[in-house]
This record gives sequence, structure tokens and C-alpha cells, in this order.
Amino acid sequence: MSRIRVSILGGSGYTGGELMRLLLFHPMVEISQIASGSQAGHFVHSAHPNLRKICTLRFCHPDDLTTCDILFLCLPHGVSSGEIARYRALAPRVIDLSGDFRLRSPELYRRWYGHEHLAPELLPEAVYGLPELHRGELAEAALVSGTGCMATTSILGLAPLYRAGIVNQALPLVVEAKVGSSAAGAKAGPSSHHPDRSGAVRSFEPTGHRHTAELIQELGQLDGGAELKQIVAFSATAVELVRGILVTAHVFLHEQLEEKAIWRIFREAYQREAFIRLVKERNGVYRYPEPKILAGSNYCDVGFEVDLEQRRVVVMAALDNLMKGAAGNGVQALNCMLGWDETLGLTFPGLHPA
Amino acid sequence: MTAQCPECEAAIDVQGLMVGEITFCPDCNAELEVINVEQPEVALAPEVEEDWGE
Repeated sequence: MSRIRVSILGGSGYTGGELMRLLLFHPMVEISQIASGSQAGHFVHSAHPNLRKICTLRFCHPDDLTTCDILFLCLPHGVSSGEIARYRALAPRVIDLSGDFRLRSPELYRRWYGHEHLAPELLPEAVYGLPELHRGELAEAALVSGTGCMATTSILGLAPLYRAGIVNQALPLVVEAKVGSSAAGAKAGPSSHHPDRSGAVRSFEPTGHRHTAELIQELGQLDGGAELKQIVAFSATAVELVRGILVTAHVFLHEQLEEKAIWRIFREAYQREAFIRLVKERNGVYRYPEPKILAGSNYCDVGFEVDLEQRRVVVMAALDNLMKGAAGNGVQALNCMLGWDETLGLTFPGLHPA
Repeated sequence: MTAQCPECEAAIDVQGLMVGEITFCPDCNAELEVINVEQPEVALAPEVEEDWGE
């Protein structure tokens, strides 16, 4: 069987580099072109030094992209929606890893992004590219969105509880996400200057984070189809990691449920998922999800603890923001779209110690 | 030949184990004692207590 031809636009950033790292070893993919406005003409390894002697491609200019089977867009948020017709003319199927096509509702987009969407007519068509929730739709999709890294972590941690209908939505959902520096992208700024960023535990978006909208959309769909009406109190904190996210979420239940019942719900939801692992151990060092051991892997580890008296479940979920939070999840979505084994190109188990 | 973990309800394979043997839950890592292998049953293993013997 011949390999499919994949091209990447916006390939000089961290997500583009991670996609290259994965797709170069994907048995069903041939990388056709990788484009970058800022790096055109340079070798790929000049931006992604881990790919030296693995990839001899050079970045092309975005205007020089030719047709391919699948086009990945790794552009800054707000760019792809303005040029989407041009990009879709290059490939019958497009995977946009930016935030532009994650939301189905133009109104929800306006509320959380603060401006009108540039191609609102395409929002209903785009598929939210989280295979664990949208596997069936991905098989037929022509336009697939990436998923927000902190949103992915939160949604995968919480989805089983919402699907089970046990969450009391009269009380708020409280989510705190701790995230590493690579989530801020490859472009440096004053906030990423080493003396300021190193060692920081920085609340950078205690309210108003855009990933909240993805929780409202996706958890709402699991709980009856409409947007979530519950208050979602989401906050984000930058911590001393390069890769990794740890989400700690608090939900309150309609009734007291013992730990075994919650185990049952999570096990039922995830026992057949290749990339979701339940981590809740009585003993040892890694009793709950820990992003440190997930770097470079496509796993999302999910754990929980029950507070019977408060009818509260604390959900902990962790992943690598560049992998299951971006490029790895994109490759998993690609595998779904083509009807391949979802684990193709994604079998690296992470490092320990790391 | 599987018992159920009393902590998290995971399936515990007791094949090849003997009554009284200690095993671990593959999901929650609880330390378990095999109670019965004919009708598979495990229980949380007793905590090690300090021995103040002479």
C-alpha cells in the first residue's frame, strides 16, 4: 500500500517540529513538504536540531506548497481561518492544530476569542479532533481541528463523569491547570526570558482562558448535547516544566458515590483506549498522574480521589502538551481519519527516569 | 481464575498462586493476600505491624 503524502504549514514551531518527529517514523506517511514563512530555504534541523541526520528536507515558502493528501496547519491562532479556502485547495483533508476551528458555535467563539470568526460557515463542518470523543466523525472528516492542550487534559479527565450523568451542575466545576513553558510556543518574549521564567510558578490566566470554551462545548455534548450551563472556573499556572500539563479538577456529585463506583465509571470509559491510563495507586511514588514521565509520549494519565462527605471527586490528569496536547493527538486523529491503527507512529512510552 | 480487587474491583489473576500468597492489584497496586484459589478470592493484605518482641 502506498504511503499518503502529508505536508505541514507552519513547520518551524514546536508543534510543527513534533509533528515531523512523529511522521518521519510513521509507516504509512511520506512527508511531502514542510513550509515556514520565516525559515524558508533552511534545513529542517536548523529549527528542530533533534532531527539532524534523520531529515534532509528544507523548509519551503508557504506560497510554494503543492497539493498533497493531508495538510497539517500549525499556524498561530487566528491565521488559518482567514486563509482556509486557499489551504483546502491544496489537500482534500486538512488538520488545523490552531484554535480556529475548535468550536462549533460562532457565538461561543466570539465570547471566548473576543472577535468574530472569519469563516463561521465552516464551524459546523469541522470535527473536534479528540479521537476518544469523536472517533466516528473523524473517519469521514475533511476539516479537523486540533484540541487545546489544557482543554484536552481536562476533558479526558472529566468526560467519564459527565457521560455518566453524575455531576451536580448546580455547583461549579473548578479546574486548575499547571503547564510547562513549551505551551507558550517557540517565539520568545519578556515573559519567557530565562531569569524571569526559570523557577516561576506564575498564574498567567486565572480567569478567561480560551480553553474553557472547549470544556463548555465538549462536556456539554456528553451531558445531553447542549453547551454546559454549569459554571466552569478554569485557571492556568505556568510552572517549571518544559513539557507537561497537570490538571486538578473538582466536581461535585448529585449523591455520595464510593470509590469503587468511580473506579467502575473510569474503567468502563477507558479500558479500551490505547492512550488513556488510569493511575491511582495505594503505594509507590507515582500514585497519581505525573507529567514528568509522559514527556514525548502520547499518553494521558488520569487519576482521582473521592471526598465522600463533600460529594466531591478530585480528578487529576496529565499529558505532554506537545504530544497528546497537540501533535501526538493530531497524528492519532490522522490515524482515525485513514482507518489505521490509532497507535501508528505513537508507540514511544516516555522516559523514566526523566 | 480471576478474583476481584476489594479496593478497586480490578480482575486479579490467581492462576498459579497459593492460598496465603501475596500479590498486587495491577490497577491500584493494593497488596493482596490470596484467600481462595478454587473460588478465586483475595483480600487486602494485613499491614505489617511493628514487632516489640523480646
